[in-house]
Amino acid sequence: MQRIGVFVCWCGSNIAGPVDVERVAEAMKSVPGVVHSTTYQYMCSEVGQSRIMEAIKEHQLTGVVVCSCSPRMHENTFRKTAQRAGLNPYMVEIANIREQCSWIHKDKEVGTQKAIVLAKAAVAKVMLNTPLQAGTSPVIKRALVIGGGIAGIQTALDIADAGYEVDIVEKSPTIGGRMAQLDKTFPTLDCSACILTPKMVDAAQNEKIDIISYAQVEKVSGFVGNFTVTIRKKARFVDELKCTGCGACMEKCPSKKGKNEFNMGLNNRTAIYIPFAQAIPNVAVIDPEQCLKLKTGKCGLCERVCSAGAINYKQEDEVFERQYGAIVAATGFKPIDLDAFDEYGYSQSKDVVTSLEFERIMNAAGPTGGQLVRPSDGKHPHEIVFIQCVGSRDTSGCGKPYCSKICCMYTAKHAMLVRDKYPDVNVHVFYIDVRTPGKNFDEFYRRAVEQYGVDYIKGMVGKVFPEGDKLIVQGSDLINGKQLALQADMVVLAAAIEPDPSARKLATMLTASMDTNDFFTEAHPKLRPVESPTAGVFLSGVCQGPKDIPETVAQAGAAASKVIGLLAKDHLVTNPCVAQSNELLCNGCSQCERVCPYGAISYVEKEIRGPGVREVRRVAQVNPAVCQGCGACTVTCPSGAMDLQGFSNLQIMAEVDAICK
Amino acid sequence: MLHENERDLRETILRISAVDVRKCMKCGKCSGSCPAYEQMEYHPHQFVAMVDNGDIQALLDSDASFKCLTCYACTERCPRDVRPARLVEAVRLLKIRKQGQNHLKPDAIPAKLEAELPQQAIVAALRKYSK
Ligand SMILES: Cc1cc2nc3c(=O)[nH]c(=O)nc-3n(C[C@H](O)[C@H](O)[C@H](O)COP(=O)(O)OP(=O)(O)OC[C@H]3O[C@@H](n4cnc5c(N)ncnc54)[C@H](O)[C@@H]3O)c2cc1C
Ligand code: SF4
Ligand code: SF4
Ligand code: SF4
Ligand code: SF4
Repeated sequence: MQRIGVFVCWCGSNIAGPVDVERVAEAMKSVPGVVHSTTYQYMCSEVGQSRIMEAIKEHQLTGVVVCSCSPRMHENTFRKTAQRAGLNPYMVEIANIREQCSWIHKDKEVGTQKAIVLAKAAVAKVMLNTPLQAGTSPVIKRALVIGGGIAGIQTALDIADAGYEVDIVEKSPTIGGRMAQLDKTFPTLDCSACILTPKMVDAAQNEKIDIISYAQVEKVSGFVGNFTVTIRKKARFVDELKCTGCGACMEKCPSKKGKNEFNMGLNNRTAIYIPFAQAIPNVAVIDPEQCLKLKTGKCGLCERVCSAGAINYKQEDEVFERQYGAIVAATGFKPIDLDAFDEYGYSQSKDVVTSLEFERIMNAAGPTGGQLVRPSDGKHPHEIVFIQCVGSRDTSGCGKPYCSKICCMYTAKHAMLVRDKYPDVNVHVFYIDVRTPGKNFDEFYRRAVEQYGVDYIKGMVGKVFPEGDKLIVQGSDLINGKQLALQADMVVLAAAIEPDPSARKLATMLTASMDTNDFFTEAHPKLRPVESPTAGVFLSGVCQGPKDIPETVAQAGAAASKVIGLLAKDHLVTNPCVAQSNELLCNGCSQCERVCPYGAISYVEKEIRGPGVREVRRVAQVNPAVCQGCGACTVTCPSGAMDLQGFSNLQIMAEVDAICK
Repeated sequence: MLHENERDLRETILRISAVDVRKCMKCGKCSGSCPAYEQMEYHPHQFVAMVDNGDIQALLDSDASFKCLTCYACTERCPRDVRPARLVEAVRLLKIRKQGQNHLKPDAIPAKLEAELPQQAIVAALRKYSK
């Protein structure tokens, strides 16, 4: 016979305001099985918890119902309370009379009635609870970081620093990400490569870090502490161990018409190339779409000039599996395509460029050797117009609804750099708002105006069109109530940024959730900003939302500390509320296996003995270490053979009955 | 607080146009796009702001709504999908209604017809011009 205790929490006035807690406790006293029912102001407090413990002992309770806030808040608290009083922790049920009741009902009578019903349902459930034992699973002490931008590099360095092995899987031939493409960085204007390259070298030299470049994640299975990941390392056609990065091949390669991705397509590269001088690994790669040897069989020049004998036209993709305890997504971003914004003339004139292209133009290692010249004719520009918010804050369907956050600052940076190096160039910036929160950020922007004489114009540009060898920029000057038509030599568009397109596929593999803009979602927007809702998956950098380098690095460190906290454990306590199949009922139809998102179900041939049966059958078996207790299989099973421990079909029906009675 | 009359006018304009003026983020892209900017006393972004403020009488008193070319550049390019041209149109309509519906009547068209006149202009004229 079960002996149930009910504990109704006031939650200060949170619950006790719209719900008559005394009446709830009183009503529960007459429910069969309930031997004790009481209220207290804060059940989660020390005093509240000791009241529960005392009652468990005094009334020899076999089950506890706490009517309080969401189980997400305090289910664990009260389970531990019960355990301390000698009760199995899984004999505790929470009736959520706050989020599902007091917070949503204004009418006290309605709120009170609903609280009573919810409490009754919880009692009905706990009457059928059985004591459960949590198991443990081992933690594999190795982390995977997906994406080798500044976010991924920093996360990997911090994890390695704590003594754990970490792999970086980077899809492009080198690590470095967008930061490698930047010229100078706000707010201090230090050279991007000068601060990034040492970190890239550190990562390469760190014996705990394995950089797997030109690779992608193909499959992820398993669970926190124990992921199995399939990685495809694409063929480079160059032996990474032999290549010395001398670049002799690049000098001889006759196929020179490849778009140079690193320079945003502003110039060309050879079919065999090293993305940039400081690339890591500093190893050449052959673009198979462009290589004459690979396409036609004729050429082979690079093989002849390579003194290290590193070229291998027969190299194939390598696919391998590795085990990890934790995974960090650090897949970064790209600027949006500007096809939907033809009004800015991007497709009509080479002298209309994006801000990232502008970074390359200003960079000493860029396509113009750092000389500010027009891409169309190589002439020195005299008037440059910058346009902010291109495709950001756009709810018309053409762009992105969010603010890209970094472009106000980098536009101020570009404007300042131009004025500093070329005082003869006039710089105009069209803006809707100038958003510069951040340490020393607004001062930075004001410096552009006050010291460097950048002309900030409040208003948006309506259109840009070529006229002769000039560009006409027609836009609003809202402060002066004018429509301007500026003659410019160059126009720079601060294009919105969006998550890397590969992130969505990755999120599916990781069962990590995303928002409608394809940024990874954090487990809690305030309190758990670097964890994904999927245990063991963490977030670093712009893949979670727009941010600049200082914020990216801070988040990267935070993600690393969460990973370290996980890897430092030898075992994780597993959730015992997992599925179990009743072999007598199972007919081996395989439907549960198909719906299980974690791959926890397999089948065995087994001799089944029961009333009137004795035969060998194919039956489902759940791996309790892999099962996450989602319940997909239990509702799918046509024979009703699958049941979730702690949430059995019987228990759920009992709850429904209690509510409907 | 707006006067009752102003409130009514505002409601009418919002109803005719089906525009949600609160979506405007005051970027000025509409007025940066408008080819009739110099001819219009009030510019597309001002139509949005003035309707929001209930300042309809000033719009009715102005000939700005008749200088609009109905090119829809403002509406096409607005990043918040506000559609200022519909407000211009609504002001024009309200003005015509107030004048006792004395806009161009179909019967009067044949006499005015010129062979070169595009179809669209006739349709636009019906909407726009009083006798
Ligand atoms: C024009 C411009 C100027 C800027 N200027 C500044 C500045 O002055 N100061 C500042 O603080 N910030 C600046 N920023 C912002 C800065 O670039 C970002 O904050 C920073 O690059 C974010 O780093 P990240 O590692 O999160 O992303 P990224 O730099 O995008 O790196 C992501 C990496 O992951 C890889 N990747 C993506 N998908 C996968 C996948 N599926 N598998 C494996 N690898 C993958 C990518 O190849 C890339 O290497 C600027 C940005 C722009 C666009
Ligand atoms: S074999 Fe291919 S990569 Fe090598 S030199 Fe010839 S075209 Fe270039
Ligand atoms: S950061 Fe500035 S330029 Fe970029 S979208 Fe936000 S407001 Fe616009
Ligand atoms: S373009 Fe749209 S959002 Fe911008 S001012 Fe005009 S109506 Fe408002
Ligand atoms: S529709 Fe009228 S207001 Fe809008 S841009 Fe064209 S002329 Fe200007």
